[in-house]
Amino acid sequence: MTTVINVPHSLEDKSFEQVVEQVAPLPLDEKIIVDTRHARWASPYGLTALLALAQSRAERPILYAPEAENVASYWSRMDFFKHAAELYEIQGRVKTAKATETSVLLEVTSISKSDDVHDVVDKIQQRAQDALVKNLNLDAKITMRFTMALSEVCQNIVEHAGRGGWVAVQTYTWRVRLGGRRVVVIAVADPGIGFRQSLESAPGFQRKDRWDDGQALEETVMRGASRFRDPGRGQGLAGVRRFVGNWDGKLSIRSGTARIAVLPKGDWDEDEPLLENLPYFPGSQVQITIPERVA
Amino acid sequence: MLRKSVCELYSNLVTRPTGAAVRSEIEQELDRIGDRALTVIDFSHVGLLDFSCADEIVAKLLLQYIATDAPRREVYFLFRGISEAHVEAIEAVLERHKLALITQHADGETRLLGILGLEERRAWEIISELGVGAVADVAERTGLSRDATAQTLDTLWRRRLLIRADDGYVAVGSATIGSPSRSLEA
Repeated sequence: MTTVINVPHSLEDKSFEQVVEQVAPLPLDEKIIVDTRHARWASPYGLTALLALAQSRAERPILYAPEAENVASYWSRMDFFKHAAELYEIQGRVKTAKATETSVLLEVTSISKSDDVHDVVDKIQQRAQDALVKNLNLDAKITMRFTMALSEVCQNIVEHAGRGGWVAVQTYTWRVRLGGRRVVVIAVADPGIGFRQSLESAPGFQRKDRWDDGQALEETVMRGASRFRDPGRGQGLAGVRRFVGNWDGKLSIRSGTARIAVLPKGDWDEDEPLLENLPYFPGSQVQITIPERVA
Repeated sequence: MLRKSVCELYSNLVTRPTGAAVRSEIEQELDRIGDRALTVIDFSHVGLLDFSCADEIVAKLLLQYIATDAPRREVYFLFRGISEAHVEAIEAVLERHKLALITQHADGETRLLGILGLEERRAWEIISELGVGAVADVAERTGLSRDATAQTLDTLWRRRLLIRADDGYVAVGSATIGSPSRSLEA
């Protein structure tokens, strides 16, 4: 049996839940067709999550490519199809990217080892300064801190996921909530063991009365818990949390059946701090959003 | 002064494996020298330092030499070339492990970073101002008893923020230090 998974027109963190709702009830070895033909836009989160989705399936899925030429072309420029070709059987017209996309700070990039994190850091530093300081009017201090945050969330894949994942960074105009303000978005997705299972692998781990994906996210993101006994562990995400707080940004992490969000002090986002009982999706999916500074 | 670069492979110090590799090189260099040494760790050529790497290079290195029971050896560290891009990560790991270190700016001025009690900080500043100072000098300036001052200075020595000299103490980074030092570029 083959099930068609309909991808929404606009694919970002919230609307990706529609994809998860369709996939979660299916056996892992069931063939799926991921239908992106009617997609009009995808955020870095949407693209990296689509790759993680394919990785999570036992049976190689089919991807119907977007019909709109500009969308397919943009996904090509984001290097999405380059990686998708390894994971999906792609059907439809896919153009090879020729021009580079100026809004893209980092194309969809594979992360599976420490050296990949070095490559990402080296690559983005050259582009981040212009994008963050000139285009988003942010203080020059942000460039290093932004890169540190990126490094730490990428390392979570290497250290905890148990398998490879993806990262992408882009600036775009956040029309829905910010009234046209530009944002820079880091998206990191993997289909690995997720936060709960990572903590459960800690030596001497004892399950609490209430223990689920939401608890695991709270322990890790809000209290700096780690599967390692080393007291120096757990500082990476704490640093990322401080970073988004200092720049009125937002951090959201989905893992398993829950999603936690560190919300901005400003009123540009009205998300829930913790969502539980979501349909299951493996691994973890992180999104960091930093808005443009306005006078 | 001996000078050696321990990290030529990466301009950005990110990830734990990189940090562990750099620390290991520093430790190997330190193993080649005597039981008592002042080591300068220079970050001037380091672009980015993230939390994981700072934990491996700075915190875990210091932890080995400030252990109150059995420190690895009497090694003192002076950190140079620490820029604004490095401070956040370094301060975070110092706070996490309740550590302190001495940084030296290009003009020679030294500064304490990290976690230190008020009395300890004051005592270190007095020794730093004096160049060389004894218990009596610090006790006189702080108004603390000789015993309490002696204990404070001993704590600062154990934390390798003061060097024990013949008749007193010398602050790490002080111009009066005459002992041979080793410079390592991170």
